[in-house]
Amino acid sequence: MIPAPVPLDECDRIAAVKATGGAHSPACGECCTRIANLSVTIAGTRILDDINLHIHCGEMVTLIGPNGAGKTTLLRVMLGEVPYRGSFMFTKTKAQTHKGPPRIGYVPQQFIIDRTAPVTVLDLFSAALSRLPVWLGHSARVRDEARAQLDAVGSADLLNEPLGTLSGGQLQRVMLSLALTPTPDILLLDEPLASVDAPGTDLFYRTVSELRRTHDLAVIMVSHNLLDAARASDWIVILNRSILREGPPAQVLANTDVRALFGLDVTPPPPAT
Amino acid sequence: MLGLWHSILSLLPFDWAQYGFMHDALLAVLLMGPLCALLGCMMIGNQMAFFSDAIGHASLAGIAIGVIAGCADPLVPMLLFSTVLALLVSLLRRFSAASTDTVLGILMAAGVALGICLLSRQGGFNKFTRYLIGDILTVSPVELARMAVLLACVLGAWVLFFNKMLLVWLNRSIASSRGVASWTVETVFTIAVAVTVTLSISWVGLMVINSMLLLPAAAARNLARSSRGYVLWAVAIGSVCGVAGLITSFYSGTATGATVVLFSMAVFIVSLPFRRR
Repeated sequence: MIPAPVPLDECDRIAAVKATGGAHSPACGECCTRIANLSVTIAGTRILDDINLHIHCGEMVTLIGPNGAGKTTLLRVMLGEVPYRGSFMFTKTKAQTHKGPPRIGYVPQQFIIDRTAPVTVLDLFSAALSRLPVWLGHSARVRDEARAQLDAVGSADLLNEPLGTLSGGQLQRVMLSLALTPTPDILLLDEPLASVDAPGTDLFYRTVSELRRTHDLAVIMVSHNLLDAARASDWIVILNRSILREGPPAQVLANTDVRALFGLDVTPPPPAT
Repeated sequence: MLGLWHSILSLLPFDWAQYGFMHDALLAVLLMGPLCALLGCMMIGNQMAFFSDAIGHASLAGIAIGVIAGCADPLVPMLLFSTVLALLVSLLRRFSAASTDTVLGILMAAGVALGICLLSRQGGFNKFTRYLIGDILTVSPVELARMAVLLACVLGAWVLFFNKMLLVWLNRSIASSRGVASWTVETVFTIAVAVTVTLSISWVGLMVINSMLLLPAAAARNLARSSRGYVLWAVAIGSVCGVAGLITSFYSGTATGATVVLFSMAVFIVSLPFRRR
């Protein structure tokens, strides 16, 4: 049962954004992810403590924090892989055009693969998208769809390559285009750019930004690079077991505690003109 | 069906083709070769290589329990034992942070020790050596039928679950994001391996059963680029080596299971230069 979305005026987030004069305007404005009083304890250690977070469709939210802050654990809660206390739900928004629960796209931190694994990029797409077992062949529909999706990230030539022969950047582009097929309602990115070069990073951000505008996609990204994240995000959450601070990038970046935590020059940057 | 198979084979102008038991044994390797190869494909790279070995060895305890319980055919207690073991290991992988290697090692040692103690208690272990070395030349039509049913089930599972298994095996979180129940898929697979190992033990013996599973897939991995190639190569290698091993063992008088494994090993060595770096 998918709960109804929270109307705009019931979410104090929008007011907070408006108060700062942020350019942030979520596509439909509805909350698509609601986390309340969420905590996770693994083997007696509290990994996440009293997390409260709203995420809206059409919005890019970045989770930032030191190692061991529980960022990846929070993503794994969203993937249903970690037991938790409190409440967590994806809600169905007006922007969602398909039936059933919201679709989730996920790009892992590092796609670790045995280099000798006999699996091509097309095999991967088929395994994820088709019922036809890949050892019997590939449907023309999946082949066309995979080629088109790879083309969108400039990687159509990789379709028949074994995964083990791809470079880190190529692999990450393949993972992104897989996560975007079919277009998800919520895109989860776990430090997706760790092994990607600068042009690759730009392409990645451009693709994701465009998608969130055209498809009202909510993007939740884990990152360790505050400045990179600030450039691309609508909302930044500083996480260290609990939420230390959240807000629009300019506001978070201007905070001296945050700057000190990330080893940045503590003089805030000049306000954007 | 079986009668037709016998009469066709007797037309072949070879020595081995004149014996009824060889006809049955040929059918046995043609069922078992592809079955083991299919399972092997999903075992490599999935931290399962040691699992089937442990299940195979621990089955000795299942055999012993069956013999003591007075079963003429210890198949039912063996199947129960290995299925329960497979479920236990699967639960362990889910709920414990401990390395499954160690637990499997302990289970294997305990199973073998228990089996040997129980089976040797009146100094009569010799009559059980068929479970160690296997004897494919004495397969019965009932055993063949069982193996055929199992092959059909695994083929069915490979049509329904292969894509899900591949996804889980490549990345569990990507699988979760697409609603694949990783644990269920893994458990189905684990039980399939356990049942196959158990049924195959009296044919090829627990000493070499693991190689029957792993070698064709390991060689296929060196030759294939895609998943399709991987599965097809493995099935082809498993079947050809099975037949070659059986016929060779007829002339050389060696144990069939071990002879088949030597053929697979030879193919694996030949496949090594084709390996991608």
